[in-house]
Amino acid sequence: MDKITEKRLKLFAANMRKMIIEGVFQAQSGHPGGSLSCTDILAYLYGERLHVDPCDTANPDRDRFVLSKGHCAPALYAALTLRGFFASCEIGGLRSCGAMLQGHPCMTETPGVDMSTGSLGQGIAASVGMAMMGKLDKKDYRVFSILGDGELQEGEVWEAQMAAAHYKLDNLTAFIDNNGLQIDGPTSEVMNLGSIPAKVAAFGWHVIEIDGHDLQQIENAVHEAENVKGQPTMIVAHTHKGKGVSFMEDQAQWHGAAPKQDQYDAAMIELNAAIAALEV
Amino acid sequence: MGKMATREAYGRALAEFGVDERVVVLDADLSKSTFTVTFKKVFPERHFNMGIAEGNMMSVAAGMATCGKIAFASTFAIFAAERALEQVRNSACYPNLNVKVCATHAGITVGEDGASHQCVEDLAIMRAIPNMHVVSPCDGASARAVIRAAMDTPGPFYVRLGRLAVEDVYGAYGDEISFTLGKANTLREGTDVTLIGIGLMVQQSLKAAEILAQEGISARVIDMHTLKPIDVETIVKASKETGAIVTAEEHNIIGGLGGAVAEVLSENAPCILRRVGVKDIFGQSGKPEELLVLYHLMPEDIVKAAHEAIAARK
Ligand SMILES: Cc1ncc(C[n+]2csc(CCOP(=O)(O)OP(=O)(O)O)c2C)c(N)n1
Ligand SMILES: [Mg+2]
Repeated sequence: MDKITEKRLKLFAANMRKMIIEGVFQAQSGHPGGSLSCTDILAYLYGERLHVDPCDTANPDRDRFVLSKGHCAPALYAALTLRGFFASCEIGGLRSCGAMLQGHPCMTETPGVDMSTGSLGQGIAASVGMAMMGKLDKKDYRVFSILGDGELQEGEVWEAQMAAAHYKLDNLTAFIDNNGLQIDGPTSEVMNLGSIPAKVAAFGWHVIEIDGHDLQQIENAVHEAENVKGQPTMIVAHTHKGKGVSFMEDQAQWHGAAPKQDQYDAAMIELNAAIAALEV
Repeated sequence: MGKMATREAYGRALAEFGVDERVVVLDADLSKSTFTVTFKKVFPERHFNMGIAEGNMMSVAAGMATCGKIAFASTFAIFAAERALEQVRNSACYPNLNVKVCATHAGITVGEDGASHQCVEDLAIMRAIPNMHVVSPCDGASARAVIRAAMDTPGPFYVRLGRLAVEDVYGAYGDEISFTLGKANTLREGTDVTLIGIGLMVQQSLKAAEILAQEGISARVIDMHTLKPIDVETIVKASKETGAIVTAEEHNIIGGLGGAVAEVLSENAPCILRRVGVKDIFGQSGKPEELLVLYHLMPEDIVKAAHEAIAARK
């Protein structure tokens, strides 16, 4: 990744983070922690990788993206905004009556959303369906998905992984946003997942481990996945919940809580400073 | 008048009645939202977090129940009644086990999370399963009574609880109230029309009755806390004495309270019925209070339905 691209994507991510905090603050409701942990992955996908067109959202040849951890919709909405799918003012209506941006992604309401999600475990299975039809219809599109680590506790996730390996879906690349936290605390305490890479590999997937906040590593992993034949790829991304807002980082209580005015102000100062540092 | 969410009362009731060592509690990574955490603080060794795996949780609860336990399993209604439906049916209901599915965040007053989390089908679904008891208390005091009754009555239960803090109808949490499973409570006598509510629509029905009274219309108000087994006698009596009935539920008008009352009426004592509820559409994000207006679940909507029912009777 050249320096100019890296800087552009870092700015894309930094602006996403501001929009996430803005949306959740305005709504006084929503999930900032997990939205901030998957921001860099989404910034790479929507800022660089996905072949999608805001003017042609139903194009059958487009790449697909499914946010399996649907509660992190603010991150997806921020990425779609910056990619030009809708106006930046929409984020201010997040989660309010009559708004285009629902609490969880809704494909019938929001342009650019490829699948309605919110019930954990179902998005990855829908991604498998999309990838299977890519094969059947002999299309070149690729399917991407992001899962939460807590989400992996759902049996359906493993049923989907089994199916993806069985049908040799090398057009499917999924990320695990491995931030170590769920609602009730650390995943290791709530319901220990053991070795995630070993488990996923045992299900027949190609597995890559990366730092999920390092854009270069994200790109390398996505490129590696594209060259794998006969197997889906899981990118286990080690991340920090709340990344970019220091008082939210690695704190389970910021899973589904909105910042109050003073916290919002503090977060904005930090995020604006990050943007200013990138712009010099 | 005090306020409390029925989910909060549920957590307190678990902590209170949990001195009975047969009580075990399961949760699926939502223990602060479902308030089972209140029980966990007192009896940590009998609280089990099963992770985000609701289907598994229900069958595990059934296994515990076979060992003589009273297993309370909690998550949001959408996941309890729908994601884990077949486990509830085949692991808990078919073997008639002591599994008490206590589902919180039912209905559209879930609010901002939106349609994916707003369960408006659970009463219809749970009611259709043999052996299942279906109960939905309207306030903190009755939620406590429901949990006591669920403990004392063998077999599977579905207890529908809300996220939103609601006004006390019977009293504050802990007040001893008159409550019999399967026996509806008549909260207000009336002769012109009967309003039958469930959950927080009981409060809305009481307010509607006030408005109707100002118009000179005498409305009876019934809290149908037990949807199954349903109180046939009280419904038939209301039909015969008032000749017009309005049901009110924070649920699809198909198959829930309105459906159950319609079944009883058409087989026993037909009269005019109007159903207030979610009109077979999905919800959306928004503040709970705004959604109640948008989805026509306000006292004024019940009043309008009462007018229609009375007009149709004549
Ligand atoms: C099937 C299902 N069960 C429960 C929930 C409620 N819920 C929303 S987010 C969440 C925790 C998710 O943790 P994780 O997957 O690790 O997400 P992240 O840390 O990235 O926010 C839970 C239990 C849900 N949305 N879907
Ligand atoms: Mg997590």
